[in-house]
Amino acid sequence: MANFEYVLPPTPTKPGPPTYGQEDLIKRSASNISAPARQLTPVAKLIDVSKCIGCKACEVACLEWNDMRTPVGDNVGSYNFPPDLTPEMFTVMRFTEWVNPESQNLEWLIRKDGCMHCADPGCLKACPAPGAIVQYSNGIVDFDHDKCIGCGYCVKGCPFNIPRISQVDHKAYKCTLCSDRVAVGQGPACARACPTHAIVFGSKDEMKKHAEGRIKDLKSRGFANAGLYDPPGVGGTHVMYVLQHADQPQIYANLPKNPHISQVVELWKGVTKYAGLTAMAAFAAIGVIHHLVKGPNTVPPEDERKAEELVGKGNAS
Amino acid sequence: MTAYDVERGDSVHPGHPVKVDRYTGGARANHWVTAICLVLLALSGLALFHPSLFFLTGLFGGGQWTRTIHPWIGVVLFFSFAGLFFRFWRANLWAAEDGTWMARLADVLGGHEERLPEIGKYNAGQKVVFWSMSILILTLIVSGVLIWDQYFAAYSTVETKRFAVLIHAMAAVAIICVWIVHVYAAIWVRGTIGAMTRGQVSGGWAWRHHRKWLRELVSGGRK
Repeated sequence: MANFEYVLPPTPTKPGPPTYGQEDLIKRSASNISAPARQLTPVAKLIDVSKCIGCKACEVACLEWNDMRTPVGDNVGSYNFPPDLTPEMFTVMRFTEWVNPESQNLEWLIRKDGCMHCADPGCLKACPAPGAIVQYSNGIVDFDHDKCIGCGYCVKGCPFNIPRISQVDHKAYKCTLCSDRVAVGQGPACARACPTHAIVFGSKDEMKKHAEGRIKDLKSRGFANAGLYDPPGVGGTHVMYVLQHADQPQIYANLPKNPHISQVVELWKGVTKYAGLTAMAAFAAIGVIHHLVKGPNTVPPEDERKAEELVGKGNAS
Repeated sequence: MTAYDVERGDSVHPGHPVKVDRYTGGARANHWVTAICLVLLALSGLALFHPSLFFLTGLFGGGQWTRTIHPWIGVVLFFSFAGLFFRFWRANLWAAEDGTWMARLADVLGGHEERLPEIGKYNAGQKVVFWSMSILILTLIVSGVLIWDQYFAAYSTVETKRFAVLIHAMAAVAIICVWIVHVYAAIWVRGTIGAMTRGQVSGGWAWRHHRKWLRELVSGGRK
């Protein structure tokens, strides 16, 4: 049973200062920053979909740690509740009942949805507010709500449709990977709460190694296409899935097969931004130069005289 | 019957010099409401367009306020410009001499009025500005509502919003360029700005730049 369980390392019992902070940012929205002096160990959360029993302890832990409450909702005929991510709900178990065409077995696919913490975050690329979205060198992508202006550009940038804008304070919310907990040596709240260790957390290398063992195990149980979801289109993610059917991620409530930042967003935040500023500056510059070269276009006295002649003639007749 | 390009309130006052009424008080008020809105929209929009201009949010009370107020100013501009559109569209219909004027753009920029055909109330350049503004403002209001997430987030998909935000940015860049042309032309051609402040231009200005319109006014006055 080697590598079947990944036991989270013991957490510190004495309070200590955060082990990383602003000096460890590798990306900051709408800003240019210099590379940090040190590189933190990249971290990752590994979600083993095959081990999830759908108990929603992670949802509760998330609400609890982030001190949020969601209103009691309505039963919509699915275990998928709440039905979607909200500004107060950073993670949602997405239930899919899937009939495996080979075995004819009904499979419950339960995917814990939430921010994937992309290495190339589309939200950060789209964000216009300096410092409202940051990425630490350990891979965590976090929102700084004091700087968020609520424009919703992050929603357009995200390939996974994760950020939600609060209608209360008009700021964007999503999973922080419990950056505040991680900074003091605690794993994310969801991972701590998971009774089956379907959610584990550690360095990205450790998590990949652990995933290998899980995939081997799944393959030995007949899941030939079991694999790791760490999509290269976004530079890899710091939240990864072990999927029983990694060849078709879309069956897991539309997990994108090859996610990447939309070309439209790239165009908007790339060429348009620079070409746009250049065009406006060029028009203004041409105006200034034209005026300097040609001088003002003034009405000479003879034109006034001719107008008087014309008007006089018109009135005389 | 008055010519297509003679608008309500246009008239000639004989004297020394001749004065020509070009814009009514209503048209001028309408214009300046639109102008103020356009400037505010450009400033607040540019603040969110490029990080180097984010400081402009300070003019509006910070990022949150900029994001809140920008679309509302857009709504005011849309209705205000609609007023201008219905005032001016007829006089901005394309005329035969406009093609000639466009073909001689080098003479226009060179200030060689004597080589240009006689022009009605608006020359081809002004007409291009008018129709560009019309099309761009329509584009901006439609794409703008699509990305006005505070009220309309639920009515379109994220993919639609991505296109909308790109089109909104491109149209905004275009309209700012058109605006620069509009403002520069008003400054360069001396005697123009009075048309939108006091409502009047001199007879000489009308003779030099819009002679056909002046003739129409004079002959119209004879009837």
